[in-house]
Amino acid sequence: MADMITTEDPLTGEEIEIPADVEAGEIVDSPATGAELEVISVDPVTLEEAPELEEDWGE
Amino acid sequence: MKVGLLYSRIRRDEKLLLSELRDRGHEVAKIDVRDEQFGLSDPPESFESVDIVVDRCLATSRSLYITRFLDAYDVPVVNSAATADVCSDKVKNSLALERAGVPTPATEVAFTTDSALETIEAFGYPCVIKPVVGSWGRLMAKVESRSAAEAILEHKATLGHYQHKVFYVQEFVEKPGRDIRVVAVDGEPIAAMTRSSDHWLTNAAKGADVQPFEVDDRVRELVATASEAVGGGLLGVDLMETGVSEPDDSETRETGSHADYTVHEINHTVEFKALNDAVDVDVPAAAVDWLESNVERGTEATV
Repeated sequence: MADMITTEDPLTGEEIEIPADVEAGEIVDSPATGAELEVISVDPVTLEEAPELEEDWGE
Repeated sequence: MKVGLLYSRIRRDEKLLLSELRDRGHEVAKIDVRDEQFGLSDPPESFESVDIVVDRCLATSRSLYITRFLDAYDVPVVNSAATADVCSDKVKNSLALERAGVPTPATEVAFTTDSALETIEAFGYPCVIKPVVGSWGRLMAKVESRSAAEAILEHKATLGHYQHKVFYVQEFVEKPGRDIRVVAVDGEPIAAMTRSSDHWLTNAAKGADVQPFEVDDRVRELVATASEAVGGGLLGVDLMETGVSEPDDSETRETGSHADYTVHEINHTVEFKALNDAVDVDVPAAAVDWLESNVERGTEATV
């Protein structure tokens, strides 16, 4: 199992566990609410609510 | 080499690329496009001393403009602004394929709901309406009746953005429950997979089942021509098998008994995580091999 770290869910204020190898810009699902959270920084890890999907996103 | 990775969201695809680049000892500058400002003459500081920029922008609008800026600054970028311009727009994509002689679904474009309805009636039912800019199968409509066509056109006309009033209408291709995604670099396939679904949309992003696909000579030829038609680069070329005699026969699927292929789309910021999981080929490694050879060629050209 991947190494995990503990950080704060910005929506609920709860402590949540996310993979330790996250990158800034990555989206993680909150294990507390299922909401998409964006990794804003990694040292230390801070999260924000991820932006909504926009029409021109994709490949 | 020093690689600038343009991003606004790190997907698993970008993580795979970052990991491969770092494992090979390359310096990587992650450049979040949301933090940058672009002037007319000099590149932002983040782009200084990079050997190559890899455009992995999730937002097509950003990808289009930033690659233009990088071209203007003479900063090497893959894929190129020209490739992004053609691939990001379904009309330009279809025109490029047609001009290159690559089989592509019959397509017509109309600019009013009345003329679009005429086009749809001429195609017959079912046919398909697609947004000219869009991805992951969003806002695609399989039109099965005149009343559905009228409703879809009315909705599109009121959506707001002018692009929705460019009505891109396409024949419905009777594919055998799957399409084919080939990821290629400058027309040379890295690997390919089929994407199968009971739904008419078979995008991996919509949860289609993916299986490895062995590239045959015809696919190889079509991918090479299609890639050249849009300016080359790291691309996802999407094909459908046409003329399949028994679309529901699983044996037919496996043996690939069909008349030909049609290329319906080429993607310029291709997602490859699903392909990487489906095949034995290391897709990010092949992509990084290609980046290294691009930088090598660029270095030789300036010596």
